[in-house]
Amino acid sequence: MPGSGVWLYAVSSRLVSEAGLAGTTGVDAERLRTVERDGLVAVVGSVDLDEFGEAPLRRKLDHLETLEAIARAHHAVVDAAARLAPVVPIRLATVYRGDDGIADLLAQRHDELTTALERISGRFEWGVKAYAAPASPAEPDAEATSDAGPGTAYLLRRRTQLETLDRARQTAVDSAEHVHARLSEIAVASRRHAPQDAQLTGTPEWMVLNGAYLVDVTRADEFAHAVDSLKAAQPTVRLELTGPWPPYSFTAGEPAEADDAAQEAEART
Amino acid sequence: MTDGRQSAVSPQSGAMAPSGGRDSTNLGDILERVLDRGLVIVGDIRISLLDIELLTIKLRLLVASVDTARQLGIDWWEHDPWLTSAARTELPDSQRSGEIDQSAEENELEAGDEDETASEDDEADEEEEES
Repeated sequence: MPGSGVWLYAVSSRLVSEAGLAGTTGVDAERLRTVERDGLVAVVGSVDLDEFGEAPLRRKLDHLETLEAIARAHHAVVDAAARLAPVVPIRLATVYRGDDGIADLLAQRHDELTTALERISGRFEWGVKAYAAPASPAEPDAEATSDAGPGTAYLLRRRTQLETLDRARQTAVDSAEHVHARLSEIAVASRRHAPQDAQLTGTPEWMVLNGAYLVDVTRADEFAHAVDSLKAAQPTVRLELTGPWPPYSFTAGEPAEADDAAQEAEART
Repeated sequence: MTDGRQSAVSPQSGAMAPSGGRDSTNLGDILERVLDRGLVIVGDIRISLLDIELLTIKLRLLVASVDTARQLGIDWWEHDPWLTSAARTELPDSQRSGEIDQSAEENELEAGDEDETASEDDEADEEEEES
């Protein structure tokens, strides 16, 4: 019998208690516990290794239904803890053999975790996506194409279409830049994640911004109002605001914006 | 917690107030966060999210079941450098604008590079863990 393992959801401070988490259960429908060391508190749950050991867990993650259940349960715990205190969310599927390993982790990475908690304390993540309606391909100009043969006419039409698409895309990208710049002024940190492809979002719209913003609690309303103002000021894009989220995008330690910019620069070369 | 219009944050504790409607939160948004973000820690039982088994989900959803995935609002693999880095490095943005109708083919081609790109991602992940 494989016994039980310890699933790690989040790291927080003593403000998080087992009593405070009593209304939430974990990925294995288990009661949530806390493991404390040196002022840091890990939110954990004991899971059956028959179900959440390495091999069975891989199988679960390989099926959309079980992946969804695990992802939603993990997020629900992180979310519940974030309602009690600032938390550092831990990536899905971090499992220890016992509480000792968790306590060791809290001790070994004490300074890093403490710094991360300080950075996100009193702040939450908001997501803003911007979508642009794709330009409808321009109608072929009858005057310009009437004298041309079918092949030339096709090429002219195609060129016009591509130029129209390019212009529309550039306009949307400019709007997204403006939105991101404005929201970054209010946020203490921001990240631009890779946009999702129209082929896969199932909408013909282009996602031109997939931003995450770490915003002070005291400025949350201001941030929401800024999004509203941008909706009115940037009619070429449709903005979607989600949150507040636990600070999933702001736990890595490095300056967020600089990091992404470096990655983009690298991708362009 | 998808409705950003509510002031769902309590200034006193610095914690979020209950906002309800959690189960309706877009699955793609959740997967994107719990799989691609959050602090990476190597536990005793290491399940690399970039292991082949998980990659097969991406492939299956991407190539065979895009319609199903769309209905579920799942599009998180597009955030995955494993699937997107090749496209970004090969084409300047300006050349990609008119090619939405070709992206499925491109993704299939990228999917063929599975082993090579996956190992690159593993390395990137390890670097992240060490930092």
